Order: sequence, then C-alpha cells, then structure tokens
Amino acid sequence: MIKTEHLSKRYESLTAVDDVSFEVRPGEVLGFLGPNGAGKTTTMRMLAGFISPTSGTASICGHDTETDALAAKRSLGYLPEGAPLYGEMTVKSFLEFIADLRGLSGAQRVSRLDYTIGRLQLATVLEQTIETLSKGFRRRVGLAQALMQDPPVLILDEPTDGLDPNQKHEVRALINEMSSEKIIVISTHLLEEVDAVCTRAIVIARGRIVADDTPQGLAARSRYHNAVSLQLERRQDLEAARAAIAALPLVAAVEVGERDARLTALPQAGAQILAQISELAARQNLQLKELQLESGRLDEVFRTITA
Amino acid sequence: MHNTGVIMRRELGSYFATPLAYVFILIFLVLANSFTFYLGGFFERGQADLAPFFNFHPWLYLFLIPALAMRLWAEERKSGSIELLLTQPVTLWEAVLGKFLAAWIFAALALALTFPIWITVNYLGSPDNGAILAGYVGSLLLAGGFLAIGSCMSALTRNQVIAFILGVVACFAFLLAGFPLVLDVFRSWAPQALVDAIASLSFLTHFESISKGVIDVRDFLYFAMLIGFFLLATVIALDVRKAE
Repeated sequence: MIKTEHLSKRYESLTAVDDVSFEVRPGEVLGFLGPNGAGKTTTMRMLAGFISPTSGTASICGHDTETDALAAKRSLGYLPEGAPLYGEMTVKSFLEFIADLRGLSGAQRVSRLDYTIGRLQLATVLEQTIETLSKGFRRRVGLAQALMQDPPVLILDEPTDGLDPNQKHEVRALINEMSSEKIIVISTHLLEEVDAVCTRAIVIARGRIVADDTPQGLAARSRYHNAVSLQLERRQDLEAARAAIAALPLVAAVEVGERDARLTALPQAGAQILAQISELAARQNLQLKELQLESGRLDEVFRTITA
Repeated sequence: MHNTGVIMRRELGSYFATPLAYVFILIFLVLANSFTFYLGGFFERGQADLAPFFNFHPWLYLFLIPALAMRLWAEERKSGSIELLLTQPVTLWEAVLGKFLAAWIFAALALALTFPIWITVNYLGSPDNGAILAGYVGSLLLAGGFLAIGSCMSALTRNQVIAFILGVVACFAFLLAGFPLVLDVFRSWAPQALVDAIASLSFLTHFESISKGVIDVRDFLYFAMLIGFFLLATVIALDVRKAE
C-alpha cells in the first residue's frame, strides 16, 4: 500500500505540493493527472525517496520514505521522468548493475534478469551501449530496471511520454498485465491513457488534489455526460433538426460543431435523451450518418477543474 | 559495503568505456616522466633516488585530479541519472564512497603504471627502495585528498567546467596553505593560533615528509581526516542540492 498524509513540498517562493493525502491499494492503477508544473513529478519523487517532503509523510508498504528509506526503496520500482540511464553502459551491464543494487543473487538474479529482458524484448540489444538505442528501447530499459526485483509497488513518471503509438500500446499492455497484483502509480498528461490503464485518477493542479475519482466518475462530471451527438446525411436539414431537438423537453442545449456540423444535444441534469432523439429522427425523417451516446469528455473535465 | 562495491565497479567500468581513462593515463605518464627528466634533472643530479619524480606530483595532480573528479557528481546531475541511482536501495554514503573509491583506484592504477622509472633507477644505481615505496604511498594519499576535494566541488554544481575550476582553486589553496601566498591573507587579522592551524593543513608539508621516507602517523591521520571531511561535505552537498 502507498499512503501519504498531508504531504507538502515548499521551495523558497513556491509551494510545489500542498497538503496531498491519498492511499493506493493493491490492484489499483492510479493515474496522476495535471497540467505541466502541477506537482506530479515532485509528488512522485517524494514517494520514491529522491527528495524529502517539507512536511507530512509518505510510506511504501508501511515503510516511511524518510525514516525507513531503504526498506521503502526495496519495495519499489521507480521510473524517473525522461528515464535517465547511464548512456555509456551496455544494456546487459546496466541491468546487472541494477540487479546487484536491488540485492538479487544466484539463481534468482539470473531468473529476474531473464524475465525482464524477455518481457521487455531487450534480447536483441543486450550488447549495445544505451546511448545508441532508440527512444523506445531506452524507455524499455528504464521499465526493465523498475521491474527488476519484482517490486510490489511501481511508480512510473510519464512512462509513455515521447513514444510512438505502437510503443505506447506496448507499455500500456504491460501495465495492464501487471495491474492485478501490484500497486501502480503513473503520471501522465495524456487523457486517453487514463481510460486505457487506470482504475482511478487523481487530478492535481497547483500542488493540490482537485479530483480523486474513477475515470468513469471523472467523465460523468462532464457537461457531455450522456449527451447525444449526431451527424446528418443532408446538410440542409441542419437548422430544422437543431430547432426540433432543442425543443425536446429534457434537452438543455444543442451545440453545433463548426468544422463538421455535428449536432450535440446536452441533457438536463440526470436525464436520458437518446430514445427521444432517435424517435424524433424517425418521425421527422432525418437521415442520420451517425448517432452516438457520449460518456463524457475527459479533456473538458480536465480543463474545467484545473483552470 | 556490498552496494559500495557494486557502485565502485560500475564507475570504474565507465572510465574505460570512454576514451577518458586512456587519455588520462597517457597524459599523466607523459607529463610525470617529462617533468622528472627535463625539469627535475633526473640524470644530472647523479643520485639514485626518485625525488625529482615525486617532487612534481603535487603540481601534476593540481590539474589532472580535478579533471578526473569533475565528472563524479556533476555529470550525474546533468544527465539526471542521479535520480535513478539514489532511488535504488542505497544510502548516500555508499554512493559517495563507491564513486570516490573508483576514482582513487583509477588514480592508483595510473600511478602504478609509472613503474618503469622505478626499474630504471634500480638499474642505474642502488636506491633506497623503502623511501621510494614511501614516496608512492605519499603520492597516493595526496591523490586521495585532491579527489575528495574534487568530489565535493563536483557535487556543488551540474556544470563540469565549474566543478573543475572550483576543484583546482580549492586544491591549490590546500596545497599552498603553509606558504606566504595563502598565509598572508590571514596573518594581518587572524590570531597566531589560527594562522598556525592553517599552515598545518598544507598538503605540501605532509606530502614532503612522507615522500622523504619519514612515515609519521600524524601525516596519515591528516590525509584520512581530510578525505573523510570532504566526503562528508559531498554527502551534505548532495543531500541539499541533488534535485535542483
């Protein structure tokens, strides 16, 4: 379990993290969301024991990150932001170095090295120096070191930042695969990532927690939660359709997309309007190219609560 | 202790993974030998000893050792790998000591490669090999002292050039602590006891007494305490500034 209580980090003129308290339990994948400079990295660095909190405490599996730092670090795999590595080392010697520092020896050392090399598909680059590797490979080496001793807790700072879509997919698949038995905290500013891997999202802005919810719960805060959007076959029907939908009793407002002329009907609080709208379309003989029930737009929620 | 060894081995390996090790050793050997023969008048003196060899070591180390030490921490901070290293289950002391020992062993290796001059002097005459051994020990201790100072300067900045310059200046001050250049700064205002204390910190006096073959426990103690002090200062500097 990860637990923080009133965790704060102040620099001379700046409060980077302000009274942050939360708990993460096994099986949870927590996404740290927030604009750049919101305090995500500072919080993760305190969890990883790299910097000390100004006040408050953090613990990893019951070990305080300040008073019992070595035990906390042993329970932890940490990928720092940007995945810094020793560029002049070969992948093999780097991973062996990490295995030694994590206290692995004998058969266990061999099997964990084999596992991480196999799992992150590093076998083909083992003898290359890290500085000659592509960004995707370097990130994988960074993840391999985090997983080295099979730690119960993983803290990954922007694990997919700068990767191409295929590499992002691979990293997310890896996180999903490990999520059932581990506690995983990732930070990201990619909202699709929250949907793809997280069971819970904490949004921080200016060092404070502004939302702590499931991704679905966050999406439900959107104005677009349960909204219905539709695309008409004939452009000339647009005005009539807009007026007709706006006149429906449970519809609060109708928005028209500027570029694609897409109509979006926003429901009044708690109302379901999909049935009404499809009925209306049939009645008025509107030919629909597309009709969609929206679950909510995370980017809109994100902008609203971090603004 | 296990972690210190692991970090030391990695660090030592990284010297040889880049041209740094070879360039350093080559320049050290060329300069050490040229000084001995051209400036020290090794042949002209007509004495079978290595005094002209060891006499130039402090001046050689003044520039070469800070060049070796400047990357110890500045590079880790610049590349961000310090965050990777210090979030492994290691203490700051283990990391500082491991890196320092790697640099010291490397300096010892460069020093050991000067052995042909020892063979030469034994071929030419019959020198006091005990005094020569003492000279090597003194030179190694001197290198350790310079490296500890350089390690501390390297921890203060992420810029290797600044680390180098700070290292040279600090080493120079310690080297000449017993000489008017440094003492006159204090003499005008400080009490005599302080001036004497500063004078007793001089590298040169302690190094010279060891390299003359006079093995005094106080000289060993001096270098041990100096190294310990600057490694402690490195730990403190890193603790305060590692994340900046």
